[in-house]
Amino acid sequence: MKNSVERELPENIMNKLNLRPYKSTEIGNPEIQRVAPKVRTTTGEGKLVESLEKVVKDNVKNGMTISFHHHFRNGDFVFNQVMRIIIDSGIKELTLAPSSLTGVMNNLVIEAIKKGTITAITSSGMRGELGEFVSHGGLKNPVVFRSHGGRARAIEEGAIKIDVAFLGVPNADKLGNANGMEGNAVFGSLGYALMDAQYANKVVLLTDNLVPYPNTPASIKQTQVDYVVKVDKVGDPDKIGSGATRFTKDPKELKIAKTVNKVIVNSPYFKNGFSFQTGSGGAALAVTRYLRQSMIDNNIKASFALGGITKPTTDLLNEGLIAKVMDVQDFDKGAAESMHTNNKQQEIDASWYADPYNKGAMVDQLDVVILSALEIDTKFNVNVMSGSDGVIRGAVGGHQDAATAKLTIISAPLVRGRLATVVPDVTTVVTPGDSVDVLVTEVGIAINPKRKDLIAKLSKLPGVKIYSIEELQKMAAKLVGTPNPIEYTDKTVALVEYRDGTIIDAIKEVKK
Amino acid sequence: MVNEEERLRRTMMFVPGNNPAMVKDAGIYGADSIMFDLEDAVSMTEKDAARTLVYEALSTVDYGNAELVVRINGLDTPYYENDIKAMVKAKVDVIRLPKTENANMIKKLEQLVEKAEKEFGVPAGSIHLMAAIESAKGVLNAYEIACASKRMIGLALSAEDYTTDMKTHRYPDGAELEFARNMVLHAARAAGIAAFDTVFTNMDDPEGFYRETKHIHQLGFDGKSLVNPRQIEMVNKVYEPTRKEIENALNVMDAIKEANEKGSGVISMNGQMVDRPVVLRAQRVVQLAKAAHLLNEEGDYIEK
Repeated sequence: MKNSVERELPENIMNKLNLRPYKSTEIGNPEIQRVAPKVRTTTGEGKLVESLEKVVKDNVKNGMTISFHHHFRNGDFVFNQVMRIIIDSGIKELTLAPSSLTGVMNNLVIEAIKKGTITAITSSGMRGELGEFVSHGGLKNPVVFRSHGGRARAIEEGAIKIDVAFLGVPNADKLGNANGMEGNAVFGSLGYALMDAQYANKVVLLTDNLVPYPNTPASIKQTQVDYVVKVDKVGDPDKIGSGATRFTKDPKELKIAKTVNKVIVNSPYFKNGFSFQTGSGGAALAVTRYLRQSMIDNNIKASFALGGITKPTTDLLNEGLIAKVMDVQDFDKGAAESMHTNNKQQEIDASWYADPYNKGAMVDQLDVVILSALEIDTKFNVNVMSGSDGVIRGAVGGHQDAATAKLTIISAPLVRGRLATVVPDVTTVVTPGDSVDVLVTEVGIAINPKRKDLIAKLSKLPGVKIYSIEELQKMAAKLVGTPNPIEYTDKTVALVEYRDGTIIDAIKEVKK
Repeated sequence: MVNEEERLRRTMMFVPGNNPAMVKDAGIYGADSIMFDLEDAVSMTEKDAARTLVYEALSTVDYGNAELVVRINGLDTPYYENDIKAMVKAKVDVIRLPKTENANMIKKLEQLVEKAEKEFGVPAGSIHLMAAIESAKGVLNAYEIACASKRMIGLALSAEDYTTDMKTHRYPDGAELEFARNMVLHAARAAGIAAFDTVFTNMDDPEGFYRETKHIHQLGFDGKSLVNPRQIEMVNKVYEPTRKEIENALNVMDAIKEANEKGSGVISMNGQMVDRPVVLRAQRVVQLAKAAHLLNEEGDYIEK
């Protein structure tokens, strides 16, 4: 079975799980039935409990689906505390459904899989040893990778039915009112966790900072929470964010960033009231700096910035160059602190951010987005999930979601070391080429031939060379050569969903 | 239209010849000249590897319109002759000789280049030469060095060795280099070749960099040697002609065209005769304006 981006999908698994192949970026207007969580009624007395072990024992049963958020990133102390207890309790056949998995969780996930505690996973991504383990067939059932918007949709539709959500927060009162902005291990927006809080049957908050009732502002509300557990530490503040945001000095990254900015400024979307999303990488931060200068020079102001927010973006808010910042997560301390103090910054949940089955999501209003790529192919399909060796080492994140913007720019070097970034066919399709408009590399740009309007607009940018994507691919191949094809077995180790739940690609087991 | 003599040489970017990533990316920053270094940037143990790497890069990587220069190891080293052979075989545009002190060093180099051209079937005379002036002797002999070969395209002042030779070091105001700069510049101009100023290494002092670049621009240098791609844009900014200069130059070019159409040998503008120096200056301004993307395809000034 092939989908519309020519990817071979495993027929038996597709049929067994009743999955549909990816067809189009168009979502249309389907009517969706959302689900609601089971609620155990209480006045709220006795929610505050001492023993995490008891909460696990009373609530986690064989075969359940449990979830976590990844807002603590590599400073997460919650996941391992909970998972240790679950593994040691001998609970089996759980589905793990976190918003994403960070490296600090890898060891316990692998141990839980080996012991039969975890038998299925859905996540935004995975990296390092866990990616290796899964890619080499370590997990029986295929992992399902979903975008942040896709996860919100799957939770609302009931495709992910969370039995127990374990959510770490830097503050909470005894009834479960909590936010991500005050305390020791702050991370700002609770955007991804808000889905779990709203839809899980049982919500367990873990906090190291119990505050007087009622705790405001409350992002997670007492009406959603079953238990509040006091723990020693929920996270390491030094490992949560990228710390002080540093501008890159790498001349190649700067050149790419400058070109990205030229593309934005000369596009039809660069006008008063435009909106944008940038990522957290070095080049993305540099784009924000160049964009700032262009906005000042041209007297242009943005209506909003969206997505994962960094300090350079909140600086623009404070300068009055952006009217509103909409945070689904905050990548550094500066952005997290700013969300606390600046009422022009709005915490948004993953559904509001990017759920395609919605009465309008913010990404649908987005003008310009800058995204990265591990690989991009001559059909403009983008891979942010698997390495050139076929091993899982990335995350869908908001890539597919934000790519619905009116101008989607992929910024990536032509080659990385000895690996081509622009390739004939990506290893794994994550974001379909239909939603990608411009590729910016250090040697020049390629415009999706479907965007004739952009070709006309951008064809005479001073100092920017325009190539066809085939030409860029050939340039990359000339530099680094053509690698031997990756060898796979027949086993499917992961499925990548498009944001609407259709399957855009399957990832096979890599031969040892 | 740009012939060899008129080639823009605002920026000559140093690239360590033993760094594959930098060698591979050297063409993307828009340097007028790229100088692959086999000499000081490369340790003794890597001399052969760097020579091979630069040879392969010159033979396979597309560096666009940039002029490709290789700084070979000096006459007194065991790498000198192999460097020359490899770079001639790779058909590099220019070989740069370090620590040049007299015309004989250039003549010796010329002989070996000529021999190598024959050996590898490279068209005779196609490999150009330039000399780095790095000592008091070199400065005093600058003119004979500049005239030593028809292949010579430029002189470059190298301030680190020179200031050591002069028992001083570099100062922010550059007074210690004034004589050498003027000697090198005059020698180059008198010989009709290009003059390159020395490198400025402190990347955390953009003000000092601009100050120095404006100064050498004012003196009349073609451009500057650079250690970091980020300096390219800064130099180009200094060399960018003003709107007034461009419009004036365009008027001169129109007058030339008009004179040609009339078949008149005398170029006149606003009733005044236009002298040859004015024509030459106007041509250079137009060339600089084009390089700075300040003219459109029709040759008109673009509002930035």
